[in-house]
Amino acid sequence: MEPGTAEFAHIGKSVIIKGELSGSEDLFVDGVVDGKVELEGNNLVIGPNGRVHANVNAKGVVVQGKLEGNIHATERAQLRSSAVVQGDIFTQHIAIEDGAYFKGKVDIQKETRSAAASPAKPEVKSASAAASSATPAKTLAGGTAATPTSTTVTKP
Amino acid sequence: MSSVTHSFMKLFRGPTEVASGEKSAQSKQRLSRRSSGLGELVRVLKSEEPLCVLDIGATSAANIRYMTERGHKIYSEDLLEASTDPALVTKDEQGQRILDEKKFLAENLQHAGAQFDLVFCWNLADYLDESLVKPVVGRLWTMTKPGGMLLAFFHTREAGPDAPCYRYHIVGQDVLEMQAIEARRDLRKGPTGSVHSSLQKTFRLQRVFNNRHIENLFRDFSSIKFFLTRDNVREVLVVR
Repeated sequence: MEPGTAEFAHIGKSVIIKGELSGSEDLFVDGVVDGKVELEGNNLVIGPNGRVHANVNAKGVVVQGKLEGNIHATERAQLRSSAVVQGDIFTQHIAIEDGAYFKGKVDIQKETRSAAASPAKPEVKSASAAASSATPAKTLAGGTAATPTSTTVTKP
Repeated sequence: MSSVTHSFMKLFRGPTEVASGEKSAQSKQRLSRRSSGLGELVRVLKSEEPLCVLDIGATSAANIRYMTERGHKIYSEDLLEASTDPALVTKDEQGQRILDEKKFLAENLQHAGAQFDLVFCWNLADYLDESLVKPVVGRLWTMTKPGGMLLAFFHTREAGPDAPCYRYHIVGQDVLEMQAIEARRDLRKGPTGSVHSSLQKTFRLQRVFNNRHIENLFRDFSSIKFFLTRDNVREVLVVR
């Protein structure tokens, strides 16, 4: 599974995002995301410190940290040994390492439905915070993010 | 930053197959055993119609792969680990420590609308806290389709309290691999955020059922079949 491009966005472990997070590049999340993650056509990695409470929709999803929500991965979903995942997984291929904790359903689909087709599991909290990267490959660091209604990570 | 980029890209170039017990540094050697109960179920698994399967043992990548490769849906839920949530601990009228069955069932075995063709209990009943065994079996009865089957393993009298707790991996038509559930050195937060201190130890055998106890446990099911094996494990196949 190769990232679509060499550019990516990185959400550091001190960053907290509430709201919808969408983008057109690969994303590494090592902080807290509460809401929804839309990365159709791109890859998502939830790092070992990542805590995501959201439905995620991406091409490939790798989980090393915590995820509470459904995974819609059009190509592949991987749960590493440190993963703690609670939610349903809809994908074409799945790989789960020894030691991973998983609670939910696995539905292998050759044509993956979009996240909108299935009911959202976690509630989307009021979009009260966001952190956006002005340029690609920029690490987001610092304290609690601010107030825009959604977070979009885009290439210039 | 370039090192971070490199690490990120490595994640997606990782092995495409599940790391087997042999490759993982954490796992002990897996023991292989034939399972007559599984052999009976495999006939059902060969169905062309997609089945709904529930596995309430420890998360097994092999089981998930086995079921999904055959076009079935699988729900995975590690009830034994879930039962170690400290938030479940309460006291009964006599002041004895028990687990809150209502809270447990409110947080587990919640699959709205799902009716299962097959349920894999493995050795759960032998290691699960006393206060949860009957409620769990009762819930499983409601979640199993009429005609659906449930497979469970029980130790025989010869088993001592330190009988290792295994996770079971389906690797063939009637072949299982048993992997001892190891003690964890570090505390780990469960899905609810509670710290599971009991994860530092392996699970202890809570009781040994005799045949009558097992029949009583599954009395609401329509039929029950026993298979006694050489390794002093009773395999029980019940039909809803």
